[in-house]
Amino acid sequence: MARRVSNRRRWFFTILAWGVALAIFFPILWTILTSFKSEADAIASPPKFLFFDWTTENYAEVQERSPYLRHFLNSVIISVGSTLLGLLIAIPSAWSMAFQPGKRTKDLLMWMLSTKMMPAAGVLIPMYLLFRSWGLLDTRLGITVVLMLINLPIIIWMLYTYFREIPSEILEAARMDGASLKNEIVHVLTPMAVPGIASTLLLNVILAWNEAFWTLNLTTSKAAPLTTFIASYSSPEGLFYAKLSAASTMAIAPILILGWFSQKQLVRGLTFGAVK
Amino acid sequence: MATKHQKTLARFMVAPSVLLLLGWMIVPLAITLWFSFQSYNLLSPGMERFIGLTNYKYFLSDPAFWQAMANTLMIVGGVLAITVIGGVVLALLLDQPIRGQGIVRILMIAPFFIMPTVSALVWKNMFMNPVNGLFAWLAKAVGAQPIDFLAQYPLMSIILIVAWQWLPFATLILLTALQSLDSEQMEAAEMDGAGAWAKFTHLVLPHLSRAITVVILIETIFLLSVFAEILVTTNGGPGYASTNLTYLVYSQALLQYDVGGASAGGIVAVILANIVAIFLMRMIGKTLE
Amino acid sequence: MGSITLKQVRKAFGEVEVIPGVDLDINDGEFVVFVGPSGCGKSTLLRLIAGLEDVSSGTILIDGQDMTEAAPVKRKLAMVFQSYALYPHMSVRKNIAFPLKMAGMPADEQARRVGHAAGILNLTDYLDRKPGQLSGGQRQRVAIGRAIVREPVAFLFDEPLSNLDAALRVNMRVEISELHKKLATTMIYVTHDQVEAMTMADKIVVLRAGRVEQVGSPLDLYRRPANRFVAGFIGSPNMNFLEGEAAAKLNAHAIGVRPEHFQLSTTDGMLAGTVGVAEHLGSDTFLHVTLDGGTHVVARASGEFPVDHGDRIWLTPAEGRIYRFDQQGLAL
Repeated sequence: MARRVSNRRRWFFTILAWGVALAIFFPILWTILTSFKSEADAIASPPKFLFFDWTTENYAEVQERSPYLRHFLNSVIISVGSTLLGLLIAIPSAWSMAFQPGKRTKDLLMWMLSTKMMPAAGVLIPMYLLFRSWGLLDTRLGITVVLMLINLPIIIWMLYTYFREIPSEILEAARMDGASLKNEIVHVLTPMAVPGIASTLLLNVILAWNEAFWTLNLTTSKAAPLTTFIASYSSPEGLFYAKLSAASTMAIAPILILGWFSQKQLVRGLTFGAVK
Repeated sequence: MATKHQKTLARFMVAPSVLLLLGWMIVPLAITLWFSFQSYNLLSPGMERFIGLTNYKYFLSDPAFWQAMANTLMIVGGVLAITVIGGVVLALLLDQPIRGQGIVRILMIAPFFIMPTVSALVWKNMFMNPVNGLFAWLAKAVGAQPIDFLAQYPLMSIILIVAWQWLPFATLILLTALQSLDSEQMEAAEMDGAGAWAKFTHLVLPHLSRAITVVILIETIFLLSVFAEILVTTNGGPGYASTNLTYLVYSQALLQYDVGGASAGGIVAVILANIVAIFLMRMIGKTLE
Repeated sequence: MGSITLKQVRKAFGEVEVIPGVDLDINDGEFVVFVGPSGCGKSTLLRLIAGLEDVSSGTILIDGQDMTEAAPVKRKLAMVFQSYALYPHMSVRKNIAFPLKMAGMPADEQARRVGHAAGILNLTDYLDRKPGQLSGGQRQRVAIGRAIVREPVAFLFDEPLSNLDAALRVNMRVEISELHKKLATTMIYVTHDQVEAMTMADKIVVLRAGRVEQVGSPLDLYRRPANRFVAGFIGSPNMNFLEGEAAAKLNAHAIGVRPEHFQLSTTDGMLAGTVGVAEHLGSDTFLHVTLDGGTHVVARASGEFPVDHGDRIWLTPAEGRIYRFDQQGLAL
């Protein structure tokens, strides 16, 4: 039921919310604006907001300095690859935990999550050495597997919370109808869980895209995703604000656009069972 | 409830995840543990030898360790406080009738999509820089002395940067929870004469407790290992003022090449994380029943 | 064909014994209703027959074959679930065809059977809709359709009407009964509603705490309840029980009289009391009476019976309609 809202109240909250939202968004907006400035305009005081000579030469220079496209492709392959791989392993597990729970299921789930709390620093050295001896350093395969393992607990947990919303009677009906376990999962469970799987996919692609410990430490150039690409701007060259902004914009634009477009799915799924 | 056949299948299907995570946890951890008892420096190869607990003694008696530990907790606690309180406030705000709510939400959610390296670089250079940063300009505009945030308040600056990234996440989850609040309950409370504050403390907050728990759990997992933000902005400095455990271990290993000491630090970090984990899991387990 | 035999079927969840051991014969073509209060184990028994749960011990024979360990689909039974359990992402057509698809049936045969089932169930116009676009009664019919296309040896219904509103429930009750007459296939139907049991069943199985209290035709159970529990459960409104002096006169621990077996009078009779609430339905009048001893009883009068709150009334049980029970509640 729509409640009556006074106009004044509505305008007050509208202005307040827009103000807060713009303040939160401002650093990103500023970065995007600065990426189109000349270096001189970028550090002009007082700052120039919109009235400057718009230029795209920063993008050209960034591209010249390091092959953006390769890092972009690496990011896509690594984040999507690790998430799909994770889903493949997680769906059967989540099915088990959601529909055949035992006394220990909750503990198992909590244990899985706790592996994510293990500080990466604690295992960095052995991972580095293992990767070196297996020849996985700076390979897409290596970093994809690591990111899959890192996000696996989150993927399992998210799927588990979605699966639990599916009434088990429907799966029993499928069993009565003669569906094998594979058919039960492929024809009934997965299609019913599509919204949940989609938001799991989205969130984990975002997390993998932005992961910046393992990608920084286990890749250098060949398999380096955008996180590594951008980290190279932390050196004093970062003081070239316009170029830094251009590189930043290039690094965040793909995931920002993806995130915005899929906002609805993402938000709907982003509850981790917090909303009963 | 199901047949034995189903139960067996279930065990079978959960196995790959369990084995993978177990391997992922145990293999590197065992190696780390092994290194932690060794004198092992990458600068002097071939000199590895067993030295018992010496690495731990050095690491634990290093004042940097205690500072790193305090910093780790400060980062987790500070960011949690800002994002949970801020998240509740923003969620309440977004739940009001607002024109253009869709766009407002898109703007607010954006920081969550930004990779930590980028946000750290942007904040460090374009906002917090004492010469050319926007904050410096703002300070000068009102006639104050610009603050060199990362030199004077390094930890607080990092907390702010990280909180900016996680605020949208908290807001979104809390908003979703808020929207699931039964409006009849609210109306009943109004009929009972509850004021805005009473409604908030007696209805809204209890309703949000589950969501808040989830936010705390997820964020803690990520905040314990904040790394890129420190690497890019302060390199842990000045001194150890903004070094957390993750960064300390990293610098010990890859900047000082002391694998043995770093491994000991890694083990300590793992133990600390496990203490936090047990504590958190207890709390979550109760709430998420 | 569809005879089902349970031999000493027992089910325990861990320490908790839900079904202590049931023997039951269900003949081919019979409409059998499992009825009992919630928690009596009737749904568990159905799920054991379906193969959705393992029995802890005992044997289940279907058409004489031991199916105790067989997977659900091997038992050739079809089940209609309480929530209907329709696949929300599939059209009605695909829902009904799903078991056929799983059985690997050729597409044209699938289409023929779906068309036939849809015809029987008046679903032809809805075949391309999703379950979400259907009313409760239509969903119910889709669930039944999904069951009948498989041409099972028996149908299992798990409280299929409990999600429908009262009016629809009566309609569906009749439809399911008609379907049974048409198909002449064995049906096992679980409900907690004794009216459904009485109106639909060839054979009623009354369950309490996992035990079979009595098996028999509806009128058998109505006329000759084996014990106080069955007597109280079957019949609506419930049977009235009187203990103490009134019972002792008849050499029983307790006696039972159904509301419809009281003769009412405003002047004299065997039991005197005061009218509490009088429910005037036109066709019947239900009187809630507090007897002088303090016992509360319900009495039914046919047609209109002009009494009101506080009036004095006398009740006399009809001849041969008094049930006597011993200390243990067994019928004498």
